[in-house]
Amino acid sequence: MHRSSGERKMELKGRIISKGVAEGEALTTSQPISFYGGVDPNTSKIIEKGHELQGKEVKGRILVFPNGKGSTVGSYTLYRMKKNGIAPAGIINRECETVVAVGVIISDIPCVDKIDVSKIRTGDQVQIKNGLVTIEE
Amino acid sequence: MYLTKEEERMMDGEEGYAVKKSMEILVALGDIYGAERLIEVGSVQVAGVSYHNLGDAGLGFLNELAEDGTVKVLTTLNPAGMDLEDWKRLGIDAEFARKQNLVIDAFKKMGILISCTCTPYLIGNLPIYGEHIAWSESSAVTFVNSVIGAKTNREGGPSALAAAFVGKTPYYGLHLDENRVPDTHVQITTELKNLPDWGALGYSIGKRVENKIPYITGITDASLDKLKSFCASVVTYGSKPLFYINGITPGSERHRPPNEMITIEDRDIKEAYESINDDVSIIDLVCVGCPHCSIKEIAEIAELLNNKKISSNTEFWVACSRLMKQMADKRGYTETIERAGGKFACDTCMAVAPLKGRFRSVATTSAKGCYYSRHNGMLTKMGSLEECIEAAVRGRWS
Repeated sequence: MHRSSGERKMELKGRIISKGVAEGEALTTSQPISFYGGVDPNTSKIIEKGHELQGKEVKGRILVFPNGKGSTVGSYTLYRMKKNGIAPAGIINRECETVVAVGVIISDIPCVDKIDVSKIRTGDQVQIKNGLVTIEE
Repeated sequence: MYLTKEEERMMDGEEGYAVKKSMEILVALGDIYGAERLIEVGSVQVAGVSYHNLGDAGLGFLNELAEDGTVKVLTTLNPAGMDLEDWKRLGIDAEFARKQNLVIDAFKKMGILISCTCTPYLIGNLPIYGEHIAWSESSAVTFVNSVIGAKTNREGGPSALAAAFVGKTPYYGLHLDENRVPDTHVQITTELKNLPDWGALGYSIGKRVENKIPYITGITDASLDKLKSFCASVVTYGSKPLFYINGITPGSERHRPPNEMITIEDRDIKEAYESINDDVSIIDLVCVGCPHCSIKEIAEIAELLNNKKISSNTEFWVACSRLMKQMADKRGYTETIERAGGKFACDTCMAVAPLKGRFRSVATTSAKGCYYSRHNGMLTKMGSLEECIEAAVRGRWS
């Protein structure tokens, strides 16, 4: 595909939480996400009241957020979405914590952390290849 | 993180899928939290047992692990979503029961004891002082860290399972003495009269020392049941799963009260009750045993219910482990409680049973129980055992 010269391509190096390759359109938030109670495992919609991504579907997206929060049951929410075929394609965090780390490992969702998530905007085309994140606007 | 040759082989899948997945979880957590290596654990307590929380996907995950996974250390289980023997009497529907039994079958296959209690330390899984363990269930984690002096982080269901399959956990957090130093002094100037007062104290401290380790002074009198209740409450409402009570819990003699200090007065306890209690008088359910009742608590319930009758509009549940009920059977407590119209809810509890939509209001001795009941859409009352039993008999809170 031809690319105009104005397009930006950027590579960021992070830490592998869960191995693998994933590609998709970024869905980005500066707010932490609670998967248990905050994301509907049957629709993949973010349902936490007042969250800036409320109503958005995470299905197939590269989900970019600073860190997880909330109950450890949230790991199973990620697993449920994976089994329902509606999980995010990949996850990028600033600082991964227990709920997301366990969730992506048991669900085989590629995940990288130690990334400056402010550099990735919703709609960017993002590839995760093990620890390497490639962003194209 | 450093891995031994044996651990590397587990990571490569030489011991099968469950061990490989478990190693991936443990190594990821170890890397995130800066652990240098894995350490052996003496026992594991696994939470995430109720089908209500797991759903079909969680059940699928457990079945995958059960294919080739066997636990390497003593491993006990948290409460399920129903009484495994007598679920019909508690109003559980047959489809839920079928799914819950499949969950239990998976755990059985892994070699886990089907203890189904949040108080494993009362039924034979009792760590010793200084022992490294990997437990989930926040109230039990707080109890063994604080009252026994064992060492565990607050694990989730899958990370506890991972530790059980490998027999190890990453060496970080509360496994390290440097992270077990109290950082807030909590001075108690109020008198704690009964069990719910301890729950209210846990609420008050939890809210005010969010994510810190309290060093508590001003308490001279405690008991197993009071500490059990306090542990459940303080961690539910916000503290780390570790505290010290001067002169009562181990390690308190080795630490000095930190400089940062807060005081808990009569007023704070009163405010805790006001926050926990709703404005409700008709009581649909009275539930005692969050955490699960000790045999002493069951004896007290039997004594108070002797020759009384529970209101026909109210259910009265005693939540406890199967083992505790068997002791109650032999002593005649079960007969007394059931004759009054009370029901035993073994293997399950008010926090994990599918109670949403079934009851409008609940009365309990437990601050933690109130927290989870509100999540289930119920109005809550917390009071002494005497008050709860009076509510069950009259069908209303007075």
